[in-house]
Amino acid sequence: MDFVLSKEHEMLRKMYREFAENEVKPLAQEIDEEERFPMETVKKMARLGMMGTYFPREYGGAGADPLAYVMCVEELAKVCGTTAVIVSAHTSLCAAPIFENGTEEQKMKYLPKLCSGEWIGAFGLTEPGAGTDAQGQQTTAVLEGDHYVLNGSKCFITNGNVADVFIIIAVTGTATDKRGRKVKEISAFIVERTFPGFSQGKHEKKMGIRGSSTCDLIFEDCIVPKENLLGKVGDGFKIAMKTLDGGRIGIAAQALGLGEGAVEEAIKYTRERVQFGKRISQFQNTQFQLADMHTRMQAAQYLVYAAAMKKEEHARNSKVSYSMDAAMAKLFAAEAASDVTRRAVQLFGGYGYTREYPVERMMRDAKITEIYEGTSEVQKMVIASNLGVK
Amino acid sequence: MKIIVCVKQVPDTSGKVAVNPDGTLNRASMQTITNPDDKNAIEAALKLKDETGCRVTAVTMGPPPAEGMLRELIAMGCDDAVLISGREFGGSDTFATSQIIAAGINAIGLEQDDIVFCGRQAIDGDTAQVGPQIAEKLNIPQVSYVADIKKEGNEIVVKRMLEDGYMTVKVQTPCLLTCIKELNEPRYMSVGGIVDAYSKPMQVFDYPRLKDDPLIEADTIGLAGSPTNILTSFTPPQKGAGMMLEGADRAACEKLADILVGKHII
Repeated sequence: MDFVLSKEHEMLRKMYREFAENEVKPLAQEIDEEERFPMETVKKMARLGMMGTYFPREYGGAGADPLAYVMCVEELAKVCGTTAVIVSAHTSLCAAPIFENGTEEQKMKYLPKLCSGEWIGAFGLTEPGAGTDAQGQQTTAVLEGDHYVLNGSKCFITNGNVADVFIIIAVTGTATDKRGRKVKEISAFIVERTFPGFSQGKHEKKMGIRGSSTCDLIFEDCIVPKENLLGKVGDGFKIAMKTLDGGRIGIAAQALGLGEGAVEEAIKYTRERVQFGKRISQFQNTQFQLADMHTRMQAAQYLVYAAAMKKEEHARNSKVSYSMDAAMAKLFAAEAASDVTRRAVQLFGGYGYTREYPVERMMRDAKITEIYEGTSEVQKMVIASNLGVK
Repeated sequence: MKIIVCVKQVPDTSGKVAVNPDGTLNRASMQTITNPDDKNAIEAALKLKDETGCRVTAVTMGPPPAEGMLRELIAMGCDDAVLISGREFGGSDTFATSQIIAAGINAIGLEQDDIVFCGRQAIDGDTAQVGPQIAEKLNIPQVSYVADIKKEGNEIVVKRMLEDGYMTVKVQTPCLLTCIKELNEPRYMSVGGIVDAYSKPMQVFDYPRLKDDPLIEADTIGLAGSPTNILTSFTPPQKGAGMMLEGADRAACEKLADILVGKHII
């Protein structure tokens, strides 16, 4: 087993880190306080290939691999959880399902625009009554001649206010499962913001990742051309679950970066802060806390990188599944990030509770990683299922 | 048209500066970076490449690990790179270094519409001598302290910064320009550039490769060919923090006078 990164990956980390320090960190507090989407940063990231990291060149991607992508999200999250999730949702939840399930025409139409950042992508699965229970979809899509008519709504859609193209999951009819039971036939669609009948609903006011846009999507007799069906009719649930497998690696990377960023901030602060005539880094409690925090994040990094490499392996050999690896990476990294950022605030004491320092923001940002793209409980269900524990 | 950019790998002085007991920099224990002014030179070249489609080659003289820096410059957009490296070149001062780099440029081949870019000076030596000396060795015109570049046909029009103003200079190619940081903001490496960085060509020019150039003689390269002798080097004593007085009124002046009197300066 090789734990050494390639020269290219080391160079990518250096580039991401320089970019994050110079372009992302200075805006992090401002976009959090103003709940402002950092469009200017998205444009800069797009020019550097960060909005299409691991897609092939022929579709406008940068031609790197999933590990390069998770390192990008990780380094962004070290300084700004918002910017990290913008890239993650755009890449994993919109560009990836088009790349993995789209026809050649769909790939050529959408991927170059997504990879170049001309368009921003999002994904709509969650509904008011269909969160963890993704089968509870109410949004419908009815085929009428050369187009589908979508009706319903989606909620908590990351990038919802700014995205130009959405992957939307909807019920297209009734099907029979392997056991002969009637189940919903669920399909996936590529929906553009400009399609008639599409609108966006309320903007959510969130605890963390406040610069990212999160809103409802509303479909009122929304006309979607037939050729925008993604995959086959009835493939929607499978596409959604596979998309979330990939998405989880992105969110795991976001959690990883948030935790690592908090450790870096805490090391810097405790080396400077003096109490009882000593730097607080000289107290054994501080040393043990930071040793433990770093160890947790290092373990998280191994899981996240392993899941990314397994995804790459899956691209070469579809028999290799990365579903459990992604679930374990997200479960562990998200819980570690929540724990580590909370401990970082404690090490900062009263100052950590103020907005003068970034750790309170990191703590707020970390919590969502335990919830979205599958709660920690869902990850445990996926892991247990993969273990054959049913 | 092609552009050759001369760059240097230097110790990163933004972190901890390690100094040997004899006062010289302990380079081995310090991180390295691309000399900042040289990055401005790279950016200037890449901008011209964006406009004209010309080829950009990065050239450095240094030990084998300098390859990593050259790969990063390729990841920024350079087409290829040349590493001039050999024990015979070690210990060179600015005179010998410019001699060797000029020979390297001769080996690459300098044509009528080519330009050589250098940074103004390196942060480790601060001499600002290598660029101008390369131009002299190549017998081509040079303009130093360049803050703006425009290509007009076969001529280059540059803005040359002076302490109290600037000169606009028209120069014919091939020529050498030394760039200052006001010229531009260097771009980042790109993801695609990094993916390709290790598959783009990089040549190593060692002593046997360059020895037949008339500039390369035993007494013009390396320590033996270096007329500069460092007698001593030292770390200057640290200055205390300054004091700022706000305001331009009588009270501020009186406060200043009191401080100066207190220090027996007036």
